[in-house]
Amino acid sequence: MFNIKKVRSDFPILKRKIMGKKLVYLDSAATSQKPMQVIDSVVNYYKNHNANVHRGVHTLSDESTEMVENARNKIADFIGANSSEEVIFVRNASEGINLVMYSWARKNLKKGDVVVIGMQEHHSNIVPWQVLVKEKGLELRFVDVDSEGCLVDESLIKVLDKKVKLVGLTQVSNLLGVINNMEDVVKEIKKKSPMAKILVDGSQSVSHMKVVVKKMGVDFFAFSGHKMLGPTGIGVLWGKKDILEKMDPFIFGGDMISDVKVEGSKWNKLPYKFEAGTPNMAGAIGLGAAVEYLEKLGMDNVRNHEKKLVEYGLRKLEELEKKGVIEIYGPRDSEVKGGVLTFNIKGVHAHDAAQILDSFGIAVRSGFHCAQPLAEKLKMGAAVRASFYIYNTKEEVDFLVEKILEVLKVFKIR
Amino acid sequence: MKLYKEEIIDHYKNPRRFGELSNKTHEASETNASCGDMMEVYLFIKDGIIEDAAFKGVGCALSTAAASMLMENLVGKKQEDVKKWDGEKIEELIGEVNPGRQKCVMLPLEAVREAVK
Repeated sequence: MFNIKKVRSDFPILKRKIMGKKLVYLDSAATSQKPMQVIDSVVNYYKNHNANVHRGVHTLSDESTEMVENARNKIADFIGANSSEEVIFVRNASEGINLVMYSWARKNLKKGDVVVIGMQEHHSNIVPWQVLVKEKGLELRFVDVDSEGCLVDESLIKVLDKKVKLVGLTQVSNLLGVINNMEDVVKEIKKKSPMAKILVDGSQSVSHMKVVVKKMGVDFFAFSGHKMLGPTGIGVLWGKKDILEKMDPFIFGGDMISDVKVEGSKWNKLPYKFEAGTPNMAGAIGLGAAVEYLEKLGMDNVRNHEKKLVEYGLRKLEELEKKGVIEIYGPRDSEVKGGVLTFNIKGVHAHDAAQILDSFGIAVRSGFHCAQPLAEKLKMGAAVRASFYIYNTKEEVDFLVEKILEVLKVFKIR
Repeated sequence: MKLYKEEIIDHYKNPRRFGELSNKTHEASETNASCGDMMEVYLFIKDGIIEDAAFKGVGCALSTAAASMLMENLVGKKQEDVKKWDGEKIEELIGEVNPGRQKCVMLPLEAVREAVK
């Protein structure tokens, strides 16, 4: 069950002081904090089991291999993959998206084909496609958003046609927390662009809500481990087995081959053909522990906790909005909003606001949040983002609101 | 809060030498991609001396205050001397800032250095 006190006690960093003040960590959309269970799993691996995987016949190598594969199995179950062969370890979501770009799209897309992405995308799901579009003479189309940053159905329908061969969309917007209705979106794509492969950026979704990739009707799903209690430097690209099997790797080297002759080499089986070189073993094991931690909490409980927080936070911020003190961005309906509050204090630049909040121990993100097209489209410029996770409380939301008023004082507003 | 001294807030709210120069001889602009801040600098340089300076742009309190103070400081200085200005000059004007905000306070100086190049 979900016991906030117990959850908080699992995160040692929450006891830290920032300039003598209690840490209020509201930047989990950038990276989450790590529970002892994850930290311990990494320490235990290095202390007791460290050895290279898939190479030795000795005991440690066997143990290491088993631990990494156990982690892969846990992750496969957690995201609802058909099998662990579909779970490819990468560094992060960016690398997962690049893998799809280099290994699938670069080979299969031809001049005149169309790639569709959303205006909500993080730069990691924009830049690879801009590069490929230029290289191959493709066309890049954007699904537009409304004033709250939600995808516009008519725009989706308009950009889809038979020329579209790849659609890359985020499930949850990192900047505004908009939760896209993937079921409807996928249905529309299948109807109007039946040949298109669908890639989902799950960086802001898989950590906060139940995701079952095999039921989504999509072909690829990429995410980072560090946003979901796991270590940095580990992420996953999930892909449908039949598609992954036909793809060639884009990073070459050790462990990704089954046979190396002077004349040439044969690729290893899935998922190893995409995992050249010694993998991030400690990272994979840590992510396995993170997934186990989240499973125990229950993803529906996680979502529920954040939903309550964001509803509460929105109500509180709306009081300030009514006073004309702040501007709030993104949807107001918690059904379509993850645990993210994005706003600006009128007359105060987001960086200044974040810096003053930091002096009270509050960690928030400020800037474009790697989603410049969306920030510019909504004419937000730089903005402050407070993002929640399992360890945040209503009291912390109250504290944030209280200190927003202090920011106004520093700037002599009201 | 130490960083946000009265003087900085004042320069932010009432930036000095804000606007364009009709007789500009040198200009440059710089942007900060992570937050969209933008700074344009205009200079009137005669016989190697900066006789007039102004700036335009959008930025946070630190970058705006740094620009405003920097413009006041530029007038009467030798172009050759200004070429050598670096982070120390900015620290002298605005005080010490944490590493995360270095980009903010350096933005106007980078534009100035580009303009006098």
